[in-house]
Parts: sequence; structure tokens; C-alpha cells
Amino acid sequence: MRYMLLHHGDENLALSPEEDAQVQHQLAMWIEEMVGRGVIVHGDRLRPTAETTSVRVRDEEIVVFDGPFAETKEQMGGYDIIEVASLDEAIEVASKHPVARLGTVEVRAFWPL
Amino acid sequence: MNGSVDADVDAAVSAAFRDEWGRVVATLIGMTGDWDLAEDCAQEAFAQALKSWPAEGIPRRPGGWLTTVARNRALDRLRRNAVEATKLRDVVVLATAGAGSEQAETIPDDRLQLMFTCCHPALPLEARVALTLRTLAGLSTAEIARAFLVTEATMAKRLVRAKQKIRDAGIPYRVPPVEVLPSRLTGLMAVLYLLFNEGYTFSGAEQVRQNLCAEAIRLARVLAALMPAEPEPTGLLALMLFHDARKPSRVDAEGELVTLEEQDRSRWDAAVIAEANDHLRRALAHGRVGPYQLQAAIAGSHCHAARVEDTDWASIARLYAHLSKVMPTPVVELNRAVAVAMADGPEAGLAIVESIAAGGALAGYHLLAATRADLLRRLGRFAEAAVAYREALSLTTSEAEGKYLRRRLGEVVHPGRSRSS
Repeated sequence: MRYMLLHHGDENLALSPEEDAQVQHQLAMWIEEMVGRGVIVHGDRLRPTAETTSVRVRDEEIVVFDGPFAETKEQMGGYDIIEVASLDEAIEVASKHPVARLGTVEVRAFWPL
Repeated sequence: MNGSVDADVDAAVSAAFRDEWGRVVATLIGMTGDWDLAEDCAQEAFAQALKSWPAEGIPRRPGGWLTTVARNRALDRLRRNAVEATKLRDVVVLATAGAGSEQAETIPDDRLQLMFTCCHPALPLEARVALTLRTLAGLSTAEIARAFLVTEATMAKRLVRAKQKIRDAGIPYRVPPVEVLPSRLTGLMAVLYLLFNEGYTFSGAEQVRQNLCAEAIRLARVLAALMPAEPEPTGLLALMLFHDARKPSRVDAEGELVTLEEQDRSRWDAAVIAEANDHLRRALAHGRVGPYQLQAAIAGSHCHAARVEDTDWASIARLYAHLSKVMPTPVVELNRAVAVAMADGPEAGLAIVESIAAGGALAGYHLLAATRADLLRRLGRFAEAAVAYREALSLTTSEAEGKYLRRRLGEVVHPGRSRSS
């Protein structure tokens, strides 16, 4: 089954250079393992919410505003699309991502076609 | 056909329903992956039993008979709908599984898979409870709704959503692998114990709620039998049985809660206590003590005291201290405080209660206020006790407990009128 992992965390979290290096290392290890297992379909990191633009169309008017759709304590900072056997494997994959320790990884199944 | 044959068949079908429903449903889900189909076909198999058994006789292995009938129904339905290629695959699986499975031995027992799937942590807790009762215990949606005080429509929606999530979010139908088994098993046992407690702390005479105790015990029995290498499920079964043995004396004729110390111990069920003892001994023999075994040991210790004054409070306080280490929750601490108060005097117990209260974790918990009130009363600090009883009264939702608290409040407000301890 195909799932999207949405990585939510506090984007203003201040990590020391050592901590940051450790997270980068954990992330590299995670990517290596998951690519090796053939789990990752695609994944990427997003620019911070300060650079977010939101768009709505109301009464045929395009309304553009700055900032995210919802102000929350944790922001979505990246995602991975994974292909695994079941929710249990998706949970296992998500639990190994460094964001699971710093924030929250949301696991969403894709709408089946 | 005569009346006694009908009665025999009714009894046999009822017994089979209790013993085999969960197994038939579990097997059908394992074969088809379709929860609704599994429930419908199980239902039809039991209806067929009521029709066929009077004439054909009660089969030697009712479970095997029922599973075969249910499987054939599923096969028929899937054949009829087998326009889609994916469904065709199911038919092949079912037809293969059908070969030679008239013998009950060859039918796999999938109830453990079903239990773990129903109690998957990705499902809301209330859905885990409802699914377990529906698919494993065979309670109707209406019965579950009555037990949890919601409308049948609400409960039906809850069950539909849970099954949808299992299917669409890809919750697997399996016993979890060893890496996650301990935490999943803990979650599964928590659902069964919650079920038991829902039945145990009933208010009033709602039969459907009391039945929850029996269902929880039945499910704990199945779990303990299917996981013989794990001591905690057997510990959980022992714990439930110790509580259940005391149930008849827990509420008096007026529906008032009778505290452990005031219960008529001659009404405790000695046979059930003996059975619980056997289970607990077997669990402890594994040498891996856990929260349920400790709680069972505590409950057992109470059951072994022929008179309240024979209670071995020192050993109960020690068991609570041990439990507090493996399950460090304020509620366990509160229970330890009660045991310590009995072993070493109310002053020592009150000190623990005050430190829990200072921690703030149990603010608004009626039993914290009620325990504090009881200890203050025993110390003769009636004015403070009255305040605490009033607080407990404002927090409790149980009618039986309310009655108990009002009586105690009366004693401390008018100390001369009653001489009960």
C-alpha cells in the first residue's frame, strides 16, 4: 500500500550545530535504509512557512494571502511517499524517521483508485 | 420433532454462539478479508443451525459445522459477485481452503489475529472496544450501544468507520511481529480489562452492562489459551476472576456499594477463587512478573482473608510498592496509600495521599477525594473529612458510590448518630 508521511515539527526549534549534524546523519541513515528496502517512492523537504503562499478562489476572485492555511504549533516541513505492505510497516518506517523524535510524523494512506 | 429436541437445539446453538462465534468470524475474515461478509455469513450459519440441527441432529463438532456452512455461504456470494478479478482470487482461496476442512482441527484459529486487529492502536479506543464486542463476542450493535449509553445509529456508525479504517488505512490482519508484540499485547489486554471494568462498575441493574464482565472473562480465557508463552494474559484472567468472585457481595439489596471491608465474605465464590489461584500460580511460574499478575496477586490476597481482620495488609502494601515500580501511575500510588494506611495506620496512608494531591495529577478524581475523606474520618478529623466527602460527592458519577459517600458524610457531620467504623 502507498502512504504519505507528513513530517510535522516546530520549524523554529533551535538545534545546536552538534544536534543538527546528528539529525542530518540520522536522516541520511534513514534514507539509505529505506531506499535500500525499496520503500521510498519520493520524498522532499519544504521551505519554511514564512515563505508560504495560500490561494483561494471566491466568487471567481483569486484571493492570495501570505502564510499557511492554518497557524499551528507544529508545521509541515517535508514529506515522503512510501510503498509498504501495511500500516504496521508504515508505522515502523515512520518511527525510524528523525522527525518522529523531534515532532510528529503523520501517516496517511492514499485514496485507492 | 418435539419440544425437548427444540430446547436441546436452542441450548446447543446458544452454547455454540458463545464458544464459536468469534472463531467463525475470525476464520472468515482470514479467508475473505471482508469483515461485513464474514459477519453476515456467520449470522446465516447460526440461523441455518437452528433450522437444520433439529432434524439432522447436533453435529459432533458444532464449530467445524458452522465454519463450513459460513464458508460455503461466502463462497456462493463471492461467486455471484465474481465479475471483478480481485474477487475471483478470493473465490480460489476459499475453494482451496474448503478442501477437507470439515474437521475442526484443520480450520485455523484466527481469533488472535482478530483480537490484535480489533485492538490496533490506530483505531480510536471506543472503536476497539466496540469492534471486539461485535466481532469476537458476537454482541449485536444494539446491545453494544445500550452498554455504552449511545444510540444504535451512533454505535453502527462507529463500527462502520472502524472497519473502513482497517480496510482503507491498511491495518494488517495478523499477530504483530516480536518487535512490537509487547506493546500491542499491552494495548490488547487494556481493552479487555476496560471491558471488564465497564461491566464491574455498573450503576443500577442494567443486565447488558453486567454481561460485559462475562464477555471480558471469556475473551481473556481465549487470549490466555492462545498465548501460553506469555504470563500476563493468564495474570489478567486471574485478576478478572478474583474480582468476579466478589461481585455478588459488592452491592447490597438497596443497590448501595458495599466496601471490601463490609462485604459478606461467605457470598464470595470459592470455586472461582480457586480457579483464579490456579491461573495466577501458572502465570507466576514463568518468572516474569507484570502489572496484571501483581494486581491479581493483590486481589487474591484479599480473597484469601476469611475475615477482613485477617487481611495481610503488609504484604498487600509490598505488592503495591512493586506494582508502583512497574506501573508508576498516581492511581496505583493511591491504592498503595490505602494499603499502607491499613498496614501502618491512617497517618502513614494520608501522607502518601497528600503527596499525590500536591502533585496535582489526580485533581478532580473522585476516588482521591473519597480516600482522603475516609482517612481523615478514621483519624477523627471530621470537619476536614466532611469537606473531602462533599468534594468526592460532587465528582462521582456512580449512584452506588454516591449513596456510600452520603452515608459517610452523615457520620462525620453528626458523629454521635452512627457508630460504624
